[in-house]
Formats: sequence, C-alpha cells, structure tokens
Amino acid sequence: MTKPSEAVARQACQDVNLDPTRLLDVLHIVQKECRCVDDSAIDAIAAEMGIPRVRVDGAVTFYTFFTKEPVGQITIRLSSDIIDRLQGAQEVADALTDELGIDFGQITADGLFSLHWTSCIGMSDQAPAALVGDTMVTHLTAETARLMVRSLREHKHPPKLVQELGDGKNAHPLVHTMVKNNIRQPGSIIFGPINRGEAIRKALGMTPVEVIRAMKTSRLRGRGGAGFPAGLKWEFTRAATGDRKYIICNADEGEPGTFKDRVLLTELPDRIFAGMTIAGYAIGAQEGIVYLRGEYAYLKPYLEEVLAQRRVEGWLGQDIAGKQGYHFDIRIQLGAGAYICGEETSLISSLEGTRGDPKNRPPFPAQHGYLGYPTVVNNCETLCCVTKILENGAATFSEFGTEQSSGTKLLSISGDCTAPGIYEVEFGVSLQKVLEMAGATQVQAVQVGGPSGQLIGPDQFDRVLCFDDLATGGSIMIFDQSRKILDIVHAFMEFFVEESCGYCTPCRVGNVLLKEGLQRVLDGRGEPADLEQFEQVGAMMKACSRCGLGQTSWRPVVTSLQSFRDQYESRVADDPDGFRRSFDLKKAVATAEKITGRKSVHA
Amino acid sequence: MPATKPRIATTSLAGCFGCHMSLLDIDERILQLAELVDFDKSPIDDYKQFTQHCAVGLIEGGCCNEENVAVLRDFRTHCDVLVSIGDCATMGGIPALRNMVTIEECMQEAYVSGPSVYNPSGKVPDNPEVPLLLDKVYPAHEVVKIDYHLPGCPPPADTLFAALVALLSDEPIKLPYQLIKYD
Amino acid sequence: MSQTITLKIDGVEIKAQPGQKVIEAADAAGVYIPRLCHKPGLEPFGSCRLCTVLANGRPCSACTTPVVEGMVVENETESLQNFRKQIIEMLFVEGNHFCMFCEKSGNCELQAVAYRFGITAPTFPYQWPHREVDASHPDILIDHNRCILCGRCVRTSRDLDGKHVFDFVGRGCEKKIGVNADSRLADTNADISDQALDACPVGALLRKQTAYQTPIGQRLYDLEPIGSEIESTGNTN
Repeated sequence: MTKPSEAVARQACQDVNLDPTRLLDVLHIVQKECRCVDDSAIDAIAAEMGIPRVRVDGAVTFYTFFTKEPVGQITIRLSSDIIDRLQGAQEVADALTDELGIDFGQITADGLFSLHWTSCIGMSDQAPAALVGDTMVTHLTAETARLMVRSLREHKHPPKLVQELGDGKNAHPLVHTMVKNNIRQPGSIIFGPINRGEAIRKALGMTPVEVIRAMKTSRLRGRGGAGFPAGLKWEFTRAATGDRKYIICNADEGEPGTFKDRVLLTELPDRIFAGMTIAGYAIGAQEGIVYLRGEYAYLKPYLEEVLAQRRVEGWLGQDIAGKQGYHFDIRIQLGAGAYICGEETSLISSLEGTRGDPKNRPPFPAQHGYLGYPTVVNNCETLCCVTKILENGAATFSEFGTEQSSGTKLLSISGDCTAPGIYEVEFGVSLQKVLEMAGATQVQAVQVGGPSGQLIGPDQFDRVLCFDDLATGGSIMIFDQSRKILDIVHAFMEFFVEESCGYCTPCRVGNVLLKEGLQRVLDGRGEPADLEQFEQVGAMMKACSRCGLGQTSWRPVVTSLQSFRDQYESRVADDPDGFRRSFDLKKAVATAEKITGRKSVHA
Repeated sequence: MPATKPRIATTSLAGCFGCHMSLLDIDERILQLAELVDFDKSPIDDYKQFTQHCAVGLIEGGCCNEENVAVLRDFRTHCDVLVSIGDCATMGGIPALRNMVTIEECMQEAYVSGPSVYNPSGKVPDNPEVPLLLDKVYPAHEVVKIDYHLPGCPPPADTLFAALVALLSDEPIKLPYQLIKYD
Repeated sequence: MSQTITLKIDGVEIKAQPGQKVIEAADAAGVYIPRLCHKPGLEPFGSCRLCTVLANGRPCSACTTPVVEGMVVENETESLQNFRKQIIEMLFVEGNHFCMFCEKSGNCELQAVAYRFGITAPTFPYQWPHREVDASHPDILIDHNRCILCGRCVRTSRDLDGKHVFDFVGRGCEKKIGVNADSRLADTNADISDQALDACPVGALLRKQTAYQTPIGQRLYDLEPIGSEIESTGNTN
C-alpha cells in the first residue's frame, strides 16, 4: 500500500530545504509515492514550508500530473492529439477500456491502473502513443494495447514494456526507451559536425558584449515560435540591473505536433547546455535552469548524467574551461503537464513553485524574470544554434536562410505522409518542397505551427517557411483528402479548452464558446451568424487575451474558416421560420420522455 | 388613420405573469395603447389562438417545457417582431435555477423529498395533460429568433410602454439609462 | 517635484505621473476606461481584460501598462467597445448571474458595466455551470455562481488584510476561488471585518444579513452609469 501522505510530504519538503520555489519537486515526490497529493499532504506541505495551504492547493489543481484523488499504481495516459486520433487512438482507447474494465478518468478496483487522456506527448511521428508511468509506449494498436495491459498485470513495471530500443541515445541505459528519433533530414547547422568544447572556448575568449554582438550579427531569432531576436533579448538582460541573472532553457515543447526538442534533448543535450553556458557568460548569469516538460521525465536521468559529466570535464562549475571567475551551473526542473508553461512567463511562474499563470508584461523577463531577477528564456533549438554560431562564426550561420530569418529550422512533421519525423531545413523553403520531402501526397490541408498556427489549403502551399510568411515553432501536421477539416479544428479547440489556464476572460470563455459553436456547425445546427461570431470572437481574443495562448487559440477556427469556408457554409443555414437551429426539441425532451414513459406531443 | 390597427399578441411562458402585471401598470396609458393597437392572442383579452398575423409579439418567460416551445414557435410564425420581456425570457430567470440540477433531482425535491412536501404516494405525479419538461430552461432567444430584449424583473411599465410606442411608430427603441435594468 | 508625463487618450492630451498605469492616469484625468478586476490600492492583475486599450497601436490592458511619454492611447473605438461588450457577455454566460434576486444588484459592477454598454441580453449561449455555495461561515457567504475570477478578494486578503484567506484553485474553466482550509470558509480565519469582503465587484462574496437595505432607485448604479463618478470628478489639467 501507499505510504501516509503526510510523512512523505514532510520529508519531501525537507529534501528541498523548505524552499517554496521547489514546490513542484515536492509535489512530484508526493504524487509518485502516494499516487495523489491529498488534503493531508497539502496541509503538511503548507505547514512545513510556512505557506498558505490554498497556495499549495492552487498549484496541485493547476497541473495535470498532480491529482487530489488517487490514480493507479500505473497510470496510462493516452495522447489525445489529433494525429494520434487519426492514427487510431480511439481504437486503442476502446481496447484499453475493454481490457481494464474502466473508463477514462477511472481507476481499477485493485488500484493497479488508471486511465487518462492527455494532451500531445510529443510522439506524433510514432503515434498513437501513451505515457505509461514515465515510460513512453509508441505505435500502439488495439492489439498491442491489450498485450501491454496483460503484461503490466504480471510484472507491474512499465519500463519492462520496452523491448526493442530506439535509435541513438534512446538506447542509452539511462534513457532506455522505444522512442525513435526519426531524423529524416539532418542539416548542416543543428545536426552538423560537432566540435565539442569549441563554442565555449571561443565565447570565453571574447568579452560578453562581443558574444552578444555575434548573436546580433547572426540575426538569430527565437525558435520557439515568436521569433524574437536572441541577441537583443540577451542585450536587454545584460543591461538590466540585478544581483543575479538567469538563463532558462525552455524544454517544455507542448504545441501539438512538435517533437523536435525531444530529439535535441536526446541526441544533442551537450549543445543545449553549451548554449546555456555561453548565454550565461554573455548576460552575466551563474545559474541556468532547464524546464523539462513532465512528459519527458524519462529523459531526466540521462540529462542529469550529461550535466554531471560536464561538471567533471570542467564545462560547468567553477572557473569554466579555465576562465577565472566564470562560474556557471545548470539544474533541471521537471514540469507537470501544462501546455501553458511553454509560454515564457508561465514557465517562470511554474519555476517559482506556483501555478503556471502567465505574468503581466511589462515588466518583461529581461528586466524582471525568475524570482524578480533579469532572465533570458531560450528554446532548446535556439540554444543549439547559439553553440553553432560560436563554433562556426556568425557569418557562416547567417549565410543560411533568408534576410529576416537566418539559419535553419527544425521541423517536426507528422500526419499523412510516408516519412514523418525531424527535418532540418533552411528558412525560406516552400511548404510544397517540405511536403515532397516528407512524401505527402493527396494533401488536403496542412497545419503549420501547430494548433496556434494556421490551417492552409493547397492554394497556399507555395508559401515559404520563415518568420515573415509561414512562421512555425516547428510543427507541421499533414492531412490528406480523407480527413474531415472540421473534426480536426474541433480537436484543436478541445485542446485549448483543456489547456487554457483560465486567468483571463477572453481565453477562458472564448475557447469554450468557439468549441461549442463549432460543435453546433458539425451537428448541422449552425447558422450563418455563428460564422460571423467566430470571426468576432477571434478578433477579440487576439486583441484582448493576456498571453500568447489566447491570442492565437482562435486561429484553428478562423484560419480554417478562411481556407475552407465551403466546409462551414455547407453546414449552416437560417431557419425559414425564424426558429433557432441550435435548439433541438427532441434532445431537450429526451430525459422527460424517459422518466414519464410518454412521447412528446410536439417533438 | 389606417383602416386596421396593428395587432399585438402577448404570452407568459415559464414566467410569473409579473411582466404582464407591469404592462398593466402603464395605468391610463393603456387607453392610449388601445388607440394604437388591437390585441390578438393574449391573456389580456383571453384569446387562446391567433386570429390574424400580428405586428408585435411580447414574450414573457423562457421555455421550460415542450408546450412553451410550441407556443413560442407559434408566436414566431405569427408575429413580425418578437420582443422578450423580463429576465425569464431574456436570461431564463428564476425558473432557470433548476438548470443546475438534473430533472430527476428537481422532480424528486419538488414532489417527494422536499421539506414541505406532503405526498403519501411517494411518486412524482404524471398526467398526459402535463407538458413534458425540457432538460433545462431556455431563454426565448435560444429557441427562436428574438428581435428585441427588455430585461427587468419585471421591466418597468415605462420601459414597456416606451418600447411599444417606438415599435408601433417604426422608430428604434431608445431607452434612457434608468429604464434598462436586470432587477 | 516629479516630472510629469504627457499622453493622449482618444486625442485628448492628459498629464500623468511617472509609474502610473494608463488606467490610473485616465481616472485622474476624468477619462473612464471600463474595468472589473482593477481596484485602486490593489496590485494590478489584468484578468478581466475589459480595460484593453490600444497603446501606440498595440492592444494592452490599461490596468497593467505603465504610462510612457508621448503615448497615444485609443480607448473608445468601435472595435474596442465591441470587444468589451463580448467580454461582459462572456462573464454573464460563463456563470449563473441571477440579477433579479442578487443581494448585490444595483451595486454590482458586472451588472453596471453591462448597463453602461446597453446590453439587454447576451448573444452567447448560457453555460449553466454547476457551482457551489459555501455558507459555512456564520457571517460570510461565498456563491461561486456569481464569481468572475477577478482576484480582488485574493489580493485584498493577502495584501491588505494580511491573511491570504482566498486564492485560485483549478485550471481553465474549472478555475475557481479556493479558501485557505480543507474546503470550508468557516475553517479559515476570515472575519466579517475583512476588507476582502468589500473588494468583490459582484455578489460572490457577501456579508450575511446586510442585503437589500438600500431602496431601489438609491443604489450605486440605479440612476447614473458606472464610470460617471470618474467622468464627473476628473480634471484634465
């Protein structure tokens, strides 16, 4: 049986020296050992740390991976992402519910299993996939799902599900996963030759200002999606006053259909850490933090090992690479299932041990970031570019790509194509070319940049991938002609409803209303006025939402309405009698008919 | 003066007739109104059916049962302009308090287990005459298209009168701040 | 003497103090920017988004954005008013707001902004969420049905009462106000004299046995729209 949660909670608090900013670590321990963070654990944590219990409660109920009710000894979290669904997640789900005898959200009577849907787990190129405990299980079918449950019943140990190991470092004993890298097209920057240590040596041979100048010369822009110039971000942070400064690596890729950071973390963690070390030197930080999404917990032991090795080799710690006075180290903070935490200010809130709510801007993190100190948040891929820029020189880097978008971009390609996986392409490549590379034919639509990007049709496939045209954090989801556009859009809206933090009105309510409106259209109960309202709500959310989530989450609806208007218009109509098509009398009287055993005289 | 006066119809669906009382509260101005209109289907003249097409229909109350829906749709078909009057029509109102519980629970509480209920049979009464309840109470505009809304519990007589006069004179309804209230 | 900042709101030049937020400068100048989560004396929050304005062409919340010399603010544009109307309607359909019997009616800021915008019925469908009422405390009532998640009670209790009785729990549309106890307000140190109780703009947090004491016609927003007090007292120096 599980241990008393109070004792576990108290010990966990001691383990982090009663530091409230490490609340997530405490909650992870309690959740793991007690299968929940119940009220007595919350009481104990609050008492031990000397913080209000409602603050602890607020954090527990914010993150998907923490629960107040017990979950199973083995949690099975099936990815609900649209790509997983189109590749058979529902059949897998049906097999699981049948095999386990429980529904999603339930726990088996013996407490061994609980079953959950979860947002995209970063395995779209090997979907359908599930997170079983911390173990990734990919390419599921109804049959393998049943076998999985049966073998788990016997050995109760998810890591034992891994029989065939993935390629590269996926096979490393500390990673030990069936996940595959699927690197289909390595480019010359990210996946170019490695000259270990060269970048840091070069950086430390320059002044911090020179390093920042090199970043600006390279015209490197953030790879997370927003595309803010990296050099400028560093310059602001360097210039800001603060006793301490921080460099944070955003390894919380949660945009459905994105999995490139997972591959970078698996194959090139040294480049990410080197990039952080260089950034730290440039901005004057002595501490770096990697915010690793909870779904990638299976990579943590390996990443810790890489960090340990770097300390041994002198790339982290005191007087780095022999440079007197430059001390820098990195720690890893594990997230807990919240897409919003990929937004940099939410990520900072989460790192501070609170709910992952976005913060008001201004002040920007460069002035007032982690714990109030000037902070740079860079994406994994951006940091890899940093290392490469120092290694080969800014000019070499900026030879690739376009004027406004220098370098290469990693794409995570998934969906209807013969070769889903990772592609390193030069900025400026046309979408058409990308589709050819991935072996996509009969393409009806492509979602560029994940749900918060845009859904475009073949008439726009000649557009090019760069910050000025088709901007993308890397997610490219391909849908062939057999797919139903509105179902895809509906799945995206379900995702945003699930992942909105609920802080601001436009996003908290707007996503729900868009999702419901879309459902009306799908049910054949929409009216032309609904389409007009979608556009109005979208315009409002774009202008009024507090952070990037709500400012873009309307886009699946509105961009598909632009690209595939006929699919909407063929489903909506005005009722000739002035009745509301959304009102379904049959449905509305169904319960009463059941209770009374009478039939409605009007329906 | 036109040969025939415009006709007006009114109904109280899931309401309390308070809005109709408020309409009567226009006092002697009802004579002025009678100059302007003829009443068709309405509790005021007790016409049970529409006799003709009407210019204006006033809807009190939302829809809590199938009959409300039928009546409301009948109004939509027979009236050029429909006006929701009162909070029940515009937002569900007091009847919509049941929207937060299931029908089963609601009936159980009302007819069997409520603290003031005397019902030795222990059964929820049922009769074919009683219209079937809807799964929840709907404001009128969620069932048919409504052209104007006059909230209030009830809307003040002045609000109703001013709105009616404007409608009958083909003018936009423009009410002063003090006349649009939700209570 | 501190340096003053000059900015324009809807074409009218106003003076502001460095460090002020746009909404504070506007208030002082007699320009009303609609708001719900903003309350003078509390830390800016920026959750309701009703005060969204364009500052130098970019949308931002006036309650969190500091004034900058030469800033050009657009407030009462047609599209912003339309956005605000949508937000107000969203708050109405998201919760269960029974104005007809609410103790706060007439003094409620949500209702008042809806009046000001001439909203007669929402265009969005009602959600009818199932929410709880916590009447455990002898003197105080929490009705989550009417809560708009503005966080004014959270900030007041934490920063002015020094108690932290309230905070947010849950996420997305499940987000709600939690209390600093296992479940009941009665088990917290909330007290009838807490300033947090006065901070609630709606009828979600109420002192028991104090309702309906002001006759209709004499309540805050019966005769004059919300914001009139700002528009009539401000000076445009």
